[in-house]
Amino acid sequence: MDFELNESQVMIQHMVRDFAQKELAPIAADLDREERFPREIIDKMAKLDLFALPFSEEYGGTGDGYLAYVLAVEEISRACASTGITYAAHCSIGTGPIYLFGTEEQKKKWVVPCAKGEMLAAFGLTEPDAGSDAGGTKTTAVSDGKQWVINGSKCFITNATYAGVVIITAVTEPGQGTRGISSFIVPRDISGFSVSAPYKKLGLRASDTAEIILEDVRIPQDCLLGKRGDGFKQFMKVLDCGRISIGALSVGIAQACLDAALAYAKERKQFGQPISKFQAIQFKLADMAMAIELARLAVYQAAWLKDQGLPFTRESAIAKLFASETAVKSALEAIQIFGGYGYTNEYPVERYLRDAKLMEIGEGTSEIQRLVIARQLGC
Amino acid sequence: MKTIVCIKYVPDTSEAEVKVNPDGITVDSSRFSFDINDADNYAVEESVLIKEAKGGEITVVSIGPKKSDVMIRMAMAKGCDKAVRIEDDRIAGHDPLMVAKVLAGAAKGEEFDLVLTGCMASDDGHMSTGVALAEELGVNHASMVKKIEVLDGGKIKVSRELEGGLMEVVELELPAVITIQTGINEPRYAPIRGIREAQKKELKVVKLDDLGVDPASVGPDASQIILEALYIPEVESSAEFIAGDPNEKAEKLASILVKGGLI
Repeated sequence: MDFELNESQVMIQHMVRDFAQKELAPIAADLDREERFPREIIDKMAKLDLFALPFSEEYGGTGDGYLAYVLAVEEISRACASTGITYAAHCSIGTGPIYLFGTEEQKKKWVVPCAKGEMLAAFGLTEPDAGSDAGGTKTTAVSDGKQWVINGSKCFITNATYAGVVIITAVTEPGQGTRGISSFIVPRDISGFSVSAPYKKLGLRASDTAEIILEDVRIPQDCLLGKRGDGFKQFMKVLDCGRISIGALSVGIAQACLDAALAYAKERKQFGQPISKFQAIQFKLADMAMAIELARLAVYQAAWLKDQGLPFTRESAIAKLFASETAVKSALEAIQIFGGYGYTNEYPVERYLRDAKLMEIGEGTSEIQRLVIARQLGC
Repeated sequence: MKTIVCIKYVPDTSEAEVKVNPDGITVDSSRFSFDINDADNYAVEESVLIKEAKGGEITVVSIGPKKSDVMIRMAMAKGCDKAVRIEDDRIAGHDPLMVAKVLAGAAKGEEFDLVLTGCMASDDGHMSTGVALAEELGVNHASMVKKIEVLDGGKIKVSRELEGGLMEVVELELPAVITIQTGINEPRYAPIRGIREAQKKELKVVKLDDLGVDPASVGPDASQIILEALYIPEVESSAEFIAGDPNEKAEKLASILVKGGLI
């Protein structure tokens, strides 16, 4: 058993940490307050090849694999979870489906610019009436022999406003339930495709989340991704991968909570000594450190399994569930350690809590993760 | 332009508490994370900028343990071409003259026009290794350099940062050793593709014998410096209460701040 990162993984981790702490951490509070999408940071990340990490060289990637990518997601999110989700949604669930299920031509056309960071990608699965019950998709795609005509709407779509390409799931075989859903590669600049104003959110406020409306969107036949009727199977796989990156995002937020709480506990004096000398505070910090370490191991293991080509459905659900709950608990404890100050926006921990909460909801709620794990156990 | 850039692997003392070991002359570094010395990071960037403008080749030279390979490869990920790492526990590392002799031994094995290194190491702060290296190599040097201009005819023009914001401009004939001041440029982040390429670049690990350096000439017995003690001074603090009306208070406070060089 080998728990050591290899040399290039360590270098990637160092470089991204350095970049995120110097370029992103200092502006994260302002981005949150102003609800500003940091285009300039995305461009810098593209220049550093960060979008290329999880993809192979033949499709514009660097071939470093999912574990290396997960290290980057963690470090970016430790500085700014909003940017973390922009990054993770683009790579895992935006570009991921084309990379996993696309034809050679589709991959050359879409994965290459996405891996180079020239274009952002989004994943349009969730609908007003199809959340955890993704099988309840109402968006339809009808073939007229030459083209697919898509109608419907998608909600809570990360990167919707900025994406150049969106993967859309739609019903192609009505009445066939989950086997009647297919996925399509939909270019953003196409007639009938519109995006609502971004949502006003509790957290992750510097990330873009909006609704997508599709009205008689006509796309060529070759925009079908994989086989007709395979949509449901595909997005189950895509979400397996996405969950690992949400796990990494959660570990990044939780680590930021511990960093802030530990530094504050060493500085803040009460009863004549730093509060870090009191067992009540030490136990909180120790519990945070323990949970973060375990969450990180679970996330890295799931990523490693994926890189080895081994099954990882159970492990990615476990990693996502444990890491997201760790992030929320760590944020709550960090606020408790900061006391009254933690409840104000003078300190970052209230933002960490607002950001962390989405980790328990997006890409499968905690409840859905427990179902996935239970099914994997054979229930 | 053939450049050698000398870099040092130093502990980051900002994160963990500094504790002196029971021997009284070494520091417990087990809790520290290590990385490139800050000023050396600027030296690496400057070497890459010169290569990008004028062409050539950059060799990284460093004395350090196996785990410093990550730092060396990071320099190569940014554009340096090859590296030599000297790993030998016979070097009296606390003495900059001994360190300079070892670095000179490595430099003599390479062709070079220019040697760049940071003006100061953040751990021991001698500020003399670069200058001593120039002496060992028998070449020109300039220290605390904030700007380098490569001229025709094997010369360079450099600006040295002096006290009080003064800049001194000097011209040197190459080969030369230049010690780099922080802020001379903006060090880049290594792109992922650079990190991948760096894995394929040559990193030679050598011992003193491979460099033709006599271990006895750079060891503790050759050094004129004996490290006697390291200690953390007692923290002293005092508070002064300023009395008077608001105007007087402000005036007194301002004069204290000015005298203390704080404003």
